[in-house]
Amino acid sequence: MTVEPILVMQGICKSFPGVNALKNAQLRLFPGEVHALMGQNGAGKSTLIKVLTGVETPDAGEIRLNGQAISPACVGEAQKMGITAVYQEINLCPNLSVAENIFIGRFPMRAIGIDWKTIEHQAAAELAALNIHIDVSLPLASYPVAIQQMVAIARALTTEAQVLILDEPTSSLDEGEVERLFQALRQLKQKGMAIVFITHFLDQTYAIADRITVLRNGEFIGEYPASTLSRLDLINTMVGREINEASYAANSSAQAASVADKPYVSARGLGSTGGMHPFDLDLYRGQVTGLGGLLGSGRTETARLLFGIDRADSGTIRVDGHAVKLNSPRQAVRYGIAFCPEDRKNEGIVADLSIRENIILALQARRGIFHYLPKRAQSAIAEQYIEQLGIRTSDAEKPIGQLSGGNQQKALLARWLATDPKMLILDEPTRGIDIAAKLEIMELVKAQCKKGLAILFISSEMSEVLRVSDRIAVLRDRQKIGEIAGHDADEQNVFRMIAGAEA
Amino acid sequence: MRFSHHINSRTLPLIVTSLLFVILFGFGSIAYPSFFSAQVFINLLIDNAFLCVVAIGMTFVILSGGIDLSVGSIVALTTMVTASLVEHQHWSIYSVIPLVLLMGAAFGMLMGVLIYVFKLQAFIVTLGGMFLARGLCYVISIDSIAITDAAYTEISQYRIMLGDEVFISINAVIALITLAVAIYLAQYTRFGRTVYAIGGNERSAQLMGLPVGQTTILVYTLSGFCSALGGVLVTFYMLSGYGLHALGMELDAIAAAVIGGTLLTGGVGYVAGSLVGVLILGVIQSLISFDGTLSSWWTRIAVGVLLCLFCLMQRLFERGGTSFSALFAYWKKPLEPAGRAD
Repeated sequence: MTVEPILVMQGICKSFPGVNALKNAQLRLFPGEVHALMGQNGAGKSTLIKVLTGVETPDAGEIRLNGQAISPACVGEAQKMGITAVYQEINLCPNLSVAENIFIGRFPMRAIGIDWKTIEHQAAAELAALNIHIDVSLPLASYPVAIQQMVAIARALTTEAQVLILDEPTSSLDEGEVERLFQALRQLKQKGMAIVFITHFLDQTYAIADRITVLRNGEFIGEYPASTLSRLDLINTMVGREINEASYAANSSAQAASVADKPYVSARGLGSTGGMHPFDLDLYRGQVTGLGGLLGSGRTETARLLFGIDRADSGTIRVDGHAVKLNSPRQAVRYGIAFCPEDRKNEGIVADLSIRENIILALQARRGIFHYLPKRAQSAIAEQYIEQLGIRTSDAEKPIGQLSGGNQQKALLARWLATDPKMLILDEPTRGIDIAAKLEIMELVKAQCKKGLAILFISSEMSEVLRVSDRIAVLRDRQKIGEIAGHDADEQNVFRMIAGAEA
Repeated sequence: MRFSHHINSRTLPLIVTSLLFVILFGFGSIAYPSFFSAQVFINLLIDNAFLCVVAIGMTFVILSGGIDLSVGSIVALTTMVTASLVEHQHWSIYSVIPLVLLMGAAFGMLMGVLIYVFKLQAFIVTLGGMFLARGLCYVISIDSIAITDAAYTEISQYRIMLGDEVFISINAVIALITLAVAIYLAQYTRFGRTVYAIGGNERSAQLMGLPVGQTTILVYTLSGFCSALGGVLVTFYMLSGYGLHALGMELDAIAAAVIGGTLLTGGVGYVAGSLVGVLILGVIQSLISFDGTLSSWWTRIAVGVLLCLFCLMQRLFERGGTSFSALFAYWKKPLEPAGRAD
């Protein structure tokens, strides 16, 4: 087949302050194909899409549409060129009617203004094509998220697009809805549209994609026909093999035999609708339990359930043998559970406060505002942890925002250690920090664990999970599919489990 | 008919407001013998025409998710500039009015540019505009300037007879025309729908490829224009220019919009609602003046209570969004098989 590609992106580079989001990324699209763009969290998929749709301007590289170089400066411009995107978070206006959301920006006009009748008829017809029959004159907000997502897709379909980008469109759809979407996509494919499909569901990738492009750390790794790339190979290319040896070397879980025989926290059938399928999980003191799984497999959801951020609608939690209800983080903190969230900048540090104030925050919150911790005591605690965790700073009064990512993370760790927790949940503690700092953090985690802390360790880098964990709970598609003891596990084991029997 | 179909959490505040107006007017008609007449009703419009025009501009700003605190001051500045040019410089009314309208629009546009291009908060920028415009009034004169120009007094006193006894002023006619144009703008033009979209979710509007910047600036330009037009109506109504005219009118305009069912968070509301809001403020005033024993400050008390009640009501609708429409579902049932057919 000697069809010319409709769109070629080559040598795309984009860096944000402190991060190289894209290094020499590329993407080729042919008319009449569904192209899956795959990669781990932070691989640069979204940035690549943003460059293509004019949300971001690339630092280098070229985009050719039908052989002509283009450089869309804004979304509207990209749309006029025939490049339309549906984003993961629904980008519609909840206050407008369904019909209006589909047509706003390109209303059919009559002599006296917007032709509302035509809009409502056409909108209903477009949705009917996706097998959705709803009252299109009602505001979008009156429908559930899945319908909103379909409306977003219907909006994209009504544009005269040559290139349609779907960025995780299925995360809120159920199987029937996904199937309907796929039917619509197949029809569009036959009309010669090129479709970019981003998802973290492997099943869906293989159900719809013709070809797959894999990105890793902002770099182009390869382009493969979907039929020749096995699931295991796909996971391996996404994750990268080269870190394998490192993960083997340091796991010393055999020593961690001094585990208490009773779990500190024990979840039975814990689950939430729309979140995690019910799962069992035991967390022992003196043991690091890792959560293994790909992006979207439910790692953070698990942590949020255990910390009481999301409410469980099924199952029970026992803490130290007593059945408890965890309905808010406050309660979880009272039971000695601490949580370092994934999004360090927004949910973790308070950038303008000093290191001391950041470290003391959780402890003070626990004491209540009327038991003010004297400044001297605060300084003592801060100094102690700065020394103990090796936080590199000139003094404790420096705003935490000025520290490097690794040192911020250590300060966050200190914040929770200062409250003397029994269990610590670490969600992506090593994201966005350099290798040396990562190793340091992992050592700290293990050291704290030896002191009798129960730790739940979450990381999107499987090698890290393997390195620190005594036990790994493996997740896939928001389901716990099994556990592996740390010393038996290597990446291939885990990935084979995630890929399932078909691999 | 399909009326019941249109009752939902968005139209309900407007319906409640309209009902409230009818009730208040009905109450007045029963309590005071001479209250129930077409002229009393039309007087509400005549006496509040300028507020109505200003509130219309304000409604667009609030719909877009912003706020404009400068409107009262722009009204005052417009009266001052008009009075000064007409009385001291002896300019013709036909050159003064276009000039002040242009001035108001330019003032609004400038604030819009500051808000959008430099990402400043609308509250602060228009607060600055408010002080600036009010201050400029006193640069022209610290005293009130009476307008004695013949053309002005003629327009001011002109009465359009509707039937034998009922009349309407030019001001009220201008307000009604402004309202009609505004409703058209809001419902049938791309500009209007983009305003709603921005109020609903600015980032989404951007990602849908809508001209967010242009529209934001236009919204403040429109509000500036409406304020200047309101100022012109004040000069017709009061026949004077004064730096103390329209003190606190920005807050009356916001109150009218909110009572009229416009959500302060943007994206939800109707321009027509603001007319009803203005009429409610007017009818409360009339009731108190008909009563004769109450101080006029009772208007403020009533408005304060109403505002709190309306905000509370809107929050309940907002929160109960779906459960609330469920309340009305039995009306809809025979009309529309809502929901998805699988």
